Parts: sequence; C-alpha cells; structure tokens
Amino acid sequence: MYPRLTFWLLPALLLVAALSGLLLGSLDWRTVQASSADIVTDLRLSRVLLAILAGAGLGLSGALTQAVVRNPLASPDLIGVTAGAGLAATTLMLLWPDLAFGWLIPAAIIGALLAVLVMLALVGRGTLNPSRLVLVGIALSSWLAALTDWLLVSHPQKVNMALVWLTGSLWGRGWDHVWILLPWLLVLVPLALMLSLRLDLLALGDEAAEGLGANVRRSRLLALLLAVAMAAVSVAVCGAISFVGLVAPHLARLLVGGAHHRLLPVTAMVGALLVLVSDIAARTLLAPIELPAGVLTALIGAPYFLFLLTRYRGW
Amino acid sequence: MSYLSIEGLQVGYGEKVIVPDLTLGIPQGKITALIGPNGCGKSTLLKAMARILTPQRGKVRLQGEDVHRMDSRQLARQLALLPQASITPDGVSVAELVGYGRAPWRSRWGRLSREDSTIVQQSLAQVGLTEFADQPAAALSGGQRQRAWIAMILAQQTDLVLLDEPTTWLDIAHQIELLKLMRSLNLAGKTIVVVLHDLNQACRYCDELVVLKQGQLQQQGSPAEVFTAELVRQVFDLDAKIYPDPVSDTPTLVPM
Repeated sequence: MYPRLTFWLLPALLLVAALSGLLLGSLDWRTVQASSADIVTDLRLSRVLLAILAGAGLGLSGALTQAVVRNPLASPDLIGVTAGAGLAATTLMLLWPDLAFGWLIPAAIIGALLAVLVMLALVGRGTLNPSRLVLVGIALSSWLAALTDWLLVSHPQKVNMALVWLTGSLWGRGWDHVWILLPWLLVLVPLALMLSLRLDLLALGDEAAEGLGANVRRSRLLALLLAVAMAAVSVAVCGAISFVGLVAPHLARLLVGGAHHRLLPVTAMVGALLVLVSDIAARTLLAPIELPAGVLTALIGAPYFLFLLTRYRGW
Repeated sequence: MSYLSIEGLQVGYGEKVIVPDLTLGIPQGKITALIGPNGCGKSTLLKAMARILTPQRGKVRLQGEDVHRMDSRQLARQLALLPQASITPDGVSVAELVGYGRAPWRSRWGRLSREDSTIVQQSLAQVGLTEFADQPAAALSGGQRQRAWIAMILAQQTDLVLLDEPTTWLDIAHQIELLKLMRSLNLAGKTIVVVLHDLNQACRYCDELVVLKQGQLQQQGSPAEVFTAELVRQVFDLDAKIYPDPVSDTPTLVPM
C-alpha cells in the first residue's frame, strides 16, 4: 500500500494521459494545426473528458458493487447491470430511432435496475454466496446479450450505430455527450463518497455493521442504487466498456488498501486512467482505423480476471 | 425495572421460532453469561438484544427504552456487539479498524476528530496492541485479532457490551486472557452480557448465569446459587459432579 505516493502520482499520470489524448490521434500534429476545424478542442478535448468521466463512473460503480455484495469478483459487468443497460439502450435505438439521445440514459438506468432486481430474485434473499452470484450473473448476462443480439439481427438496417455503441467506444462522441454525462456524475460521485464510512462498516459483516449503528439494509440499498446508476449513465453514453468496473477497484485496493475514503477516489482515478489510455491506444494503434476502447479494456481485463480467479479462495 | 429487560420475547429465524416467550432482567454493572445446550436460543437472545433480530412479539428494553424503536446511531452509543463471525477486511490497519468503533459518534462525513483519535489510542493501549496500530489488521494472529475487535468495542464507549462466543477460535491461554480482559472492562464500569460454551469459565468469570433450554429460562442467579449437578443433568442431560474450583472457589463441573 502506498497511499501518499498514489495521491500524488495518479493525478499527475491522469494529466499526462489527458495531454497525450489531446496531442495524439489519427492526424499528425502539423495537419491538426493547419486544419481549419478546431480538432483539438472540438473533437479531442471532449473525448478526453468523456473517457475520464465514464472511466470514473464505471470504476466507482465496481467498487460500490464489490462493497455491497462483499465479494471481490463482483462488478457491474458480471451482475448483469451492463447487459441490462445494453438491452434497454439497444431497444430504444432500434425501435424508436427518432427519440432524442437524452432518453438513452433514463432507459439504460431502468434496464440496469431491472436486470439487478431479476438477478437478486434469482440468487435468493440474504444468500449472496460468491459462486452463486457469479454463476447467476453470467447466465443472466448471456440471456440479456442474446436478446440484444436478436434485436440487432431483426433490425439489420439500423444495426451499425447500435453495434459500435455495444462494444464500448468513444467514437463520434462530443460535447453534447459530455453535457449529458457530467451533471449525473456531479450528483452521483459526491453521494458515493459520502457513503465511505458506511461501506467500511459493511465490510465488517452485517452484525458488526448493525452493532456500530449503520443501518445495513438502507446502506446496502443506497450503495447498490448508486452503483447501478453510475454504471448505467456511463454505459449509456460510451457503451459497454468492459472490465473497468472489475479491474479499477482491485488496482486501487492494491495501491491504498480497503478503507473507502481512500479507495473510492483512487478507484475513480484508476478507472478514468484505464479508459483514457485505452481510448488513446484505440485511436492510434491502427490509425486511421479506429478500434473500440472496450476491445482494449477487455484485452487487458479478461486475463486479469482469470488471474484473480486463481488467487481467490472464497469458495 | 432491570437495566436490560426482556419482556414476553418471541424471536426466531423466519418461520422458525427459537425463543417462544421469554421474560428476564439483566442487572447493571455485572457480567451475565448466557449458557445452555446447542440450539437453546442463547445466541438468538443476544442477537435480539443487539437488534440484529427483530422480535416477533415482546420487547427488549434498555433502561426503559425499547431498543427496536431507537435510532441506530443512538443505540450504538449505548450498546456494543462483538459478533461471533466477524470479518476483518483486507487493507485496513489495526488503528483504522479500532476507529470504526467511533462510527456512531463521528460526524456524517465520517472524519475522525482529535478526540476520536485519542480514544482509539487509549483503546489500543488497553488491549496491549499499541505497537500494532499501523499494521494490517488481517495479518494479526487469532488472539490479537480478537483483542483488536475488543479495542474497537472499547472505542465505541458504550455502557453495555454484548459478546457472542468471544472465545470460540482461541487457544486456552488466549481464552483466559480474553476473559480477564472482560473482567477488567467490567471493573471499569461496563455491563457485559456474554454467550459462553465453557461452563467452568462461565462460573469462574461471570457474576450471573442465565440458563436456557429450548428457548425457556431454566435458572438465573449467581454461579454458587444455581450451578448444581441437578441443573446440569436437567439442562444438558449430563451426569456430573460439582466441586469448588481450587483457585477461585467457584463451582467447577467434572463429568462422570
């Protein structure tokens, strides 16, 4: 654990990454300067900001989910939140394509909430057993993904937009999207940080938490709602950027330990850094072809997840 | 009216009733042990006192107030619980763990005041863990970890302390150490209710025994008054002789 160093180094790294995000792209710097369109502020700055916002939202959502189910393998991807939001957003995009983009966020939140409710009902009350949770989550997510695929295949003429969105990409996103995402996170992030102490107490077990005056049911419900909302808004804007919600809290825990007043801000920064770096790599690796950022986060995230499974002895 | 009174309490898990109808009083300033065979409802009763379980009928009153109607934080300033299965989270230092004991006293933002930090230091000193303050709590040995949890409860600064089988995972030396620590807390003014499995330890280290069987109160009183061969046969279905403990003169059970 290196709390001091982390709180100095992470913001610095984030700043460096943000600057590289402005400077790097499919066009070289001279062309950018010569061009009449304001590429840096119109396109790249908004994209950098979006990557930071969405990454922070996904990371925090993961940290909250892990605290709620007291299971290091939990993440919004795994418990069906992402798939639920994905299905709802795809439905909206394919069936009502004329609806304004602003509707996508409430729809994604409702989809995510419904998915979590179904999952909790399937797992059974009170028994948030890790293996059961993960297995039910996987089954539910594949089922929702199958429904999404079915929708995509049955509406081939409008499929492109939805597909790009589903893999998780910042392609074609701009200031409009920043202004949609920002207010949500400005409300949700401080609320999450305010829960720090209560999440610490939840980690001690239900009985100990209750004995210390935390209202366990209410704290858990509140944290779960915040987790779902943060994942849903991020997913609604940038699509399903996978594994950030799982990996960011773990990296943060390695850096600053399990106390949530340190863990949550560091998780947000790590998540932001992961998405930002993935997006820069996605734009530049095969330029002018652009990869979806979600592909890169999955490329890093999936092996890391397997590594976690080998280390986890909870079952 | 007793300090802590149980009035016509019915409690259990879901449909299953463990304690059908119980009325008793816990005296202030003493160590009261809840004893009885497995499944007699002693832990269930303790959980009802600590508000982990909600009664199906009846009340638990602390100095006259119904604990199940009190505000969580207010109650946590008067009553602390050491649960049987506690989880020591990864990546949290011993001092941080003990600091969680200040949770019911902290501001909503959860920052520790200077006064809180002083109390945490005192609690650590009281259980002899001062030099471990900055180490990760999860790395402590079983006995040290239990003491860290006791320190957390000390930091909570409550008058009433409930301990659910605090000696379960400890070896004999650490068990005795913990029971002595429990007595020193009591001498400092705390009322203690403890679930114990070892009857000889209960007789030696507690002032009052509450003997339960199938959720019913069998006997209540000082070990010298109530702990007899007759009671052991009746409650535990065990033939035994009772001798005075050669060190403390309290009753000691020797099975036949």
